[in-house]
Amino acid sequence: MGFLEYLAQNYDALLVQSFEHIQLVVVSVVAAIIVGVPLGIVAHRSELLRSAILNTTSTFLTVPSLAFFALLIPLVGIGNTAPILALFCYALLPIVRNTVSGLRQVDPAIVESAKGMGIGSFGRLRGIELPLAWPVILTGVRVSTLLNIGIAAIAVLVGGGGLGQEIFRGIRSLGSPFAPNLVFGGTLFIIGIALVFDLFYLLLGRLTTTRGIR
Amino acid sequence: MTDVENSDVMIELEDLTKMYPGQPVPAVDHVNMRIPRGEIVVLVGPSGCGKTTTMKMVNRLIEPTSGRIVLDGEDVTKVNANQLRRRIGYVIQQIGLFPHQTIKQNIATVPKVLGWDKDRIDHRVDELLRTVGMDPEEFRDRYPKELSGGQRQRVGVARAMSVDPDVMLMDEPFGAIDPITRERLQNEFLRVQAEIRKTIIFVTHDIDEAIKMGDRIAILQEQSHIAQFAPPEEILTAPANDFVADFIGSGASLKRLNLTRIRDIQLHADAPVVDVNDDITTARQRLRDSDWTALLVVDAERRPQRWLRPTDLKRPSADLHQGGLPVDATVEPQATLADALNEMIISNAGCVVVTDGRGAYQGVADIDTIMASIRAMRAQVDEYYRAAKLLDIEGEVAV
Repeated sequence: MGFLEYLAQNYDALLVQSFEHIQLVVVSVVAAIIVGVPLGIVAHRSELLRSAILNTTSTFLTVPSLAFFALLIPLVGIGNTAPILALFCYALLPIVRNTVSGLRQVDPAIVESAKGMGIGSFGRLRGIELPLAWPVILTGVRVSTLLNIGIAAIAVLVGGGGLGQEIFRGIRSLGSPFAPNLVFGGTLFIIGIALVFDLFYLLLGRLTTTRGIR
Repeated sequence: MTDVENSDVMIELEDLTKMYPGQPVPAVDHVNMRIPRGEIVVLVGPSGCGKTTTMKMVNRLIEPTSGRIVLDGEDVTKVNANQLRRRIGYVIQQIGLFPHQTIKQNIATVPKVLGWDKDRIDHRVDELLRTVGMDPEEFRDRYPKELSGGQRQRVGVARAMSVDPDVMLMDEPFGAIDPITRERLQNEFLRVQAEIRKTIIFVTHDIDEAIKMGDRIAILQEQSHIAQFAPPEEILTAPANDFVADFIGSGASLKRLNLTRIRDIQLHADAPVVDVNDDITTARQRLRDSDWTALLVVDAERRPQRWLRPTDLKRPSADLHQGGLPVDATVEPQATLADALNEMIISNAGCVVVTDGRGAYQGVADIDTIMASIRAMRAQVDEYYRAAKLLDIEGEVAV
């Protein structure tokens, strides 16, 4: 069976798995944004907590993904929860670190002039600092997303869904003539998802930054 | 301390002190100062003298350790800092425009916080842009990066004036701008200030800028101790102590050139002038009748065109429409003597033609005119010292 024939026959299954895959990534990245951006703000404002936060989030990234998934099983059991938790932890570092560096690169003179005009701490953060740090934060979110699209393929090993199912089906049947098709099919769709997300972030960046900081 | 009348005081600093933990001496030590309503008071001093710290305590960007700030009769030392700052315009050297916002949004920052309606904001933004000499149609929807340095500085000033504050703080506002643009912005700002009469605290390290901008100058020593607080004329003619004299430097007479304007001095009004459409014999006659070595040709609107010397007129082909030296050096009556001297040096002409606002000829100033006014100023200084019995018989200043 040729690769195109395989694709034609398994198109539906691959689409379902792609949807599961996207779900894993989106849920984990959205959670990481909700937690990571405030953590980044705290790390930016508090000298004391900065190294604690940055060290913890970077430690997450050093844990091998397979081990991380397995370690979570006793806590949350088999299924999508363990991979989502692990992916969430992986996604934190790029988001937190880029939030911190995005806020740090805001010209102190801009912050001072806002302060001098009587704009309070929260107003400065919302109206000046976060909008100026936004392109950098968005880059962090993009890196996290791409990272998780790759790592999510392992979710299948702890009972999760996604395109990992297709790839591991291929690995399990190594030696058979279909095996390469399965691995390539899963990989191809993962790359496709990554490209779609990249395009999405490009457009989002365009739409959410003004001409003044482009 | 000064002799400012109590009733006119807009800002009063009482024993204002800033002590940083872990430092043996205060950064600012018991500053007392009364700033009159509607004046520009310049804080000037060497770097590290505490002038910026002193200024930033007025809008409490730096909280004083002790002492009081009284604004228009109200003690603001403990009021809500953000509300206080909205009443005080603030301009810094780096300007600090918000790069992600348009010029209009930048200027509208405080009005928006105060909840002005859209029409009032639009109206105010356009009015302010016109005040600082920028066309609202052209600029209001631009972003800061689309402006030149000078234009950004103008927007910074407009933004600081957005809610028409009585008081403005300016921290080296023209410090990061090239000399030619700076000169123009200073003059523009003085023109605007003549209309709006804000009370302004202006910080600079440049004594020449202080002399030009200040109604009063406070020369500060370390820990913000006031060495002298007086109008610029007084600082230049009667420095209170060696520190002030050193700070002004050796060129005190030169600096005084910044105080005198062309309109205040006696111009040569007897220069031979012909209209470009007069005939050549009239021109020759007029030059012969004067004791000048050149003749000024003006156009129908009396705008100076060129200088013609006797050799230019002698030629049979002589023509008032061409030849001679073009008039490069012109100044307006509000220019300072320093500006005029500068023009002379640049243009190599040895004299400047004074023109009114429309460019029409008014008179000529040359080195002699300027020297005469410098001599007059020196005579005044001598008079001052003599009155103070500081001058002995030989005319030397006694110590």
